[in-house]
Amino acid sequence: MTLDWQVFLQDDGGGRTYLEWMFEAWGWTLSVAGSAWVVAMASGCLMGILRTLPQDTRLNVWLARLANAWVELFRNIPVLVQIFLWYFVLPKVFPAMQQVPGFVLVVLGLGFFTSSRVAEMLRAGIQAMPRGQRYAAMAMGFTTWQTYRYVLLPIAFRTIWPPLTSESMNLLKNSSVAFAVSIAELTMYAMQVQEETSRGIEVYLAVTALYTVSAFAVNRVMALVERRMQIPGLVVAGNVGGGH
Amino acid sequence: MKKQFVTLAVATLLVGTAFAQANDTLAKVKAAGSITMGVRDSSGALSYTLGDGKYVGYHVEICQRIIANVEKAVGKKLEVKYTPVTSQNRIPLVENGTVDIECGSTTNNEARQKQVAFAFTTYVEEVRIAVRANSGITSIAQLNGKNVATTTGTTSVQLLRKNERATGVDFKEVFGKDHADSFLLLESGRADAFVMDGQILAGNIANSKAPADFKQVGEVLNVEPIAIMFRKDDPAFKKLADDTIAGMAKSGELAKLYDKWFVQAIPPKNIKLSMPASDANKDAWKNLNDKPVEAYAKK
Repeated sequence: MTLDWQVFLQDDGGGRTYLEWMFEAWGWTLSVAGSAWVVAMASGCLMGILRTLPQDTRLNVWLARLANAWVELFRNIPVLVQIFLWYFVLPKVFPAMQQVPGFVLVVLGLGFFTSSRVAEMLRAGIQAMPRGQRYAAMAMGFTTWQTYRYVLLPIAFRTIWPPLTSESMNLLKNSSVAFAVSIAELTMYAMQVQEETSRGIEVYLAVTALYTVSAFAVNRVMALVERRMQIPGLVVAGNVGGGH
Repeated sequence: MKKQFVTLAVATLLVGTAFAQANDTLAKVKAAGSITMGVRDSSGALSYTLGDGKYVGYHVEICQRIIANVEKAVGKKLEVKYTPVTSQNRIPLVENGTVDIECGSTTNNEARQKQVAFAFTTYVEEVRIAVRANSGITSIAQLNGKNVATTTGTTSVQLLRKNERATGVDFKEVFGKDHADSFLLLESGRADAFVMDGQILAGNIANSKAPADFKQVGEVLNVEPIAIMFRKDDPAFKKLADDTIAGMAKSGELAKLYDKWFVQAIPPKNIKLSMPASDANKDAWKNLNDKPVEAYAKK
């Protein structure tokens, strides 16, 4: 079997080459993954913190329950099914959602799915710290907000940074489910173009390379942040320095 | 011990020759004692599954006749293995010998003819538009500014794009991941039309909750020859397949088979597609050929 890379220079019938189209598709993949990452980090961190709140007031108890429900809801449903629920089922229940573009729905779907995993990591990170840290903060007269901001979160984030790196890379690869709701991203590009050109091997090789490059870029950026955040002498972040 | 070694060496040699003659399908299936038929899970009435590893359809039945003749040619009974294929893997699987004869819904076009060979065209597909019956849409011109659904990994997408450029009708394409998904887009109102092969539209409409709510409208967007596919550069096998089809066309059996799958009630739900053979179909049976889709466009 011979490979024919010229196929990428062919016109797709609409006035652009398959190569141009592939970079557009790459752009969609990165936009979906990037936006979903923001949603995932924001809602995931919030839910992770809520789950570890001290259970001393009625409000905190309810907030923790809400966060528990959130995590269990979004991590117990397969991600593809969630995307379908966002795209087909919710708009049936709330007709106003019919007007929401598929891009927003898939970002929310993917973001909330990943948020449940981020929340669990953060919870683990906070709970892994000696309880004395929290007590020390309280003894200093810190409010709950100050305790989290200045004592718990800085260490917890350094602890969970390596799994967070993997999760970010996973999110990028999971963005391929967006093809199911007609976002023109890389996976859909591959399925469509291999049909049009009958050159599946070349198309899939190129798309694989783009996924690999993107995921590895995420890895490097996260590793850089990890190195920059290092606190000398702190055991958890250690002097490993890599993100592999 | 020594004897076993010799047997092994001979067997290796035999396998080696089988590989060397990869494009002699008749010799390959004779040596293997089995033939592998590539089938589709849901390609309308052309090739689909009843579950339980059973595959039926118009093209599957034609292939069974071809295989009967292959058995006569090699002079022994062959075990028929069914391998489900997808639009993505069907060509590589035929090329690398996993599948000997593909009986699905493959459009015969020039790009594919460089990689594989096709038997005489047995089915001519017309690409059409399905809409909700109450939408008032009757032609492609009315799709301006509307959402049009089609299925990822089909030639219809490319067709739409070309049509868009040629006519200046500007519509938004939405892609379903499979035909059922595309139909759901139409049903749920996310799309105003579904552009696809006529028989697939007919099948989806017939299977829907309320078939009367949908209809096929407007002009035929494209005509595509659909054919049975096998390896390239294998004249003996192609002749055998073509002769089988020619015999069936001459005896009127092909038309009868068509009627059985596309007009009469078919399993598993006993629904009727009610799609009598088009003139293009009848023409293909009369003037048997293996021309690619590009030759149809020129007419």
